[in-house]
Amino acid sequence: MKSIYLDHAATTPLSEKAFEAMKPYFSDIFGNANSQHVYGRDAAKAVSDARQTIAECIGAKPSEIYFTSCGTEADNWAVKGIAAQLKDKGRHIITSVIEHPAIYTTCKQLEKYGYEVTYLPVDGEGFVSVESLEDAIRPDTILVSIMFANNEIGTIQPIKELCEVAHKHGVLFHTDAVQATGAIRYDVKDLGVDMLSMSAHKFYGPKGMGALYVRNGMRIEKLLTGGEQERAHRGGTTNVSGAVGMAVALKDAVDNIEKDAAYVGGLRDDFVNKVLARIDEIYYNGAKDTSRRLYNNANFSFRYIEGESILFSLDLAGISASSGSACSSGSLEPSRTLLSIGVPVGTAHGSIRFTFGKRNTSEDVDYTVDELVRTVEKLRAMSPLYKKQA
Amino acid sequence: MYNEKVMEVFRNPQHMGEVENYNAIGTVGNETCGDIMQITMRINEDDIIEDAKFKTFGCAAAVATSSTATGMIIGKSVDEALKLTNKEVVTELEGLPPQKIHCSVLAEDAIRVAIDDYRKRKNG
Repeated sequence: MKSIYLDHAATTPLSEKAFEAMKPYFSDIFGNANSQHVYGRDAAKAVSDARQTIAECIGAKPSEIYFTSCGTEADNWAVKGIAAQLKDKGRHIITSVIEHPAIYTTCKQLEKYGYEVTYLPVDGEGFVSVESLEDAIRPDTILVSIMFANNEIGTIQPIKELCEVAHKHGVLFHTDAVQATGAIRYDVKDLGVDMLSMSAHKFYGPKGMGALYVRNGMRIEKLLTGGEQERAHRGGTTNVSGAVGMAVALKDAVDNIEKDAAYVGGLRDDFVNKVLARIDEIYYNGAKDTSRRLYNNANFSFRYIEGESILFSLDLAGISASSGSACSSGSLEPSRTLLSIGVPVGTAHGSIRFTFGKRNTSEDVDYTVDELVRTVEKLRAMSPLYKKQA
Repeated sequence: MYNEKVMEVFRNPQHMGEVENYNAIGTVGNETCGDIMQITMRINEDDIIEDAKFKTFGCAAAVATSSTATGMIIGKSVDEALKLTNKEVVTELEGLPPQKIHCSVLAEDAIRVAIDDYRKRKNG
């Protein structure tokens, strides 16, 4: 049976290059990077090289890169670390309504501890406006955290402009760049952000590896207290193979960013055009301007049918995509992101995200379009909501 | 997540559509919750369900339970059909994931509403 993976926003396969580079660090070079002996020094050298590479990829200094166990840890650290560091200065945080749960639920948790959070709205394509941010900033605002690119609909925020507004008012700015890193060429100094989160497995690196960029000169409270790792900012034995794999994968992604964007973006555009031409009564969610949308992302709401059954039908045909719908997560709430851009609740239930990758082909696109057409017809014939247009 | 039986029923649902000249219809659930089931039946003068068909907006579990429950009441009297529980439907499907059990209640409810409709029509 066919097997077509269209869920690259969930995770990507580890690249061969990264895998090969990581292997020695599971066996021969197994030392603890904090040990003083030769085993430790060899491991420490690998970590230091990896840090250097990652820093170069995003325009940072090596001393500004802190390894974490995942993107979620980096996000938690940025928000909770600043909340703790600046608690005497203020207790107000600004974020957006469409953040990943790593930021959103972290903010919700802080609300239980006396912090106030403003969740900025987004427009119909998922954009946060610079004006709404400016209006929300208060004297006690300590942090603005707005994601670089959305995981569900791919909308790319005007991070540089948003960051300028925050800085104009003396407020720190963090961005969750988990989906953006490796897909968008950026330079942290040009963006101006104070902190930025990334996750290796989104750009063909290993799972269980993330990083937080923290601008030099900034002070942030620890999230993980422990030993003296990461220059005494993050306790926990360094994941040496993970750091090595992350660096190789990120360098590869950044070196080939335009080429991959053209190829994968071409597949996505072809897919979107074919789906819109062949299936009626659907919404294409997110930014229409492809230059302001992740090149791998397509998100549709299919009226009158439910997401999980679409997803499951596709799965039976060998196509792996993702649903923003309630049923798949076990809750009855449809995607917060889709509701925030104005998709009606019922329609939001029938939403599917397709995220393309480097290994997909134009045959994958055609096969998926055919199966999708078939699935939608079948499920609509079954739906009590659908009345076929005469 | 789903067992083979559920997958097979979802892949090839039976009794799908709307019965011609039905004299009982029941629709339950709502779009906001992500689950709607409609069942139509033709019930004869002896209160036997001659035919029944469903239409469902919902997840794979909702579709599978709709199909199975509809099949289970065809040929039965309305009194027997009213005794059908979601538990029996789940057993027939050889189980559902715990978070999907609520989907199976939909069919039980739709059958009850349809038979109420039939009785109202019959008794004028």
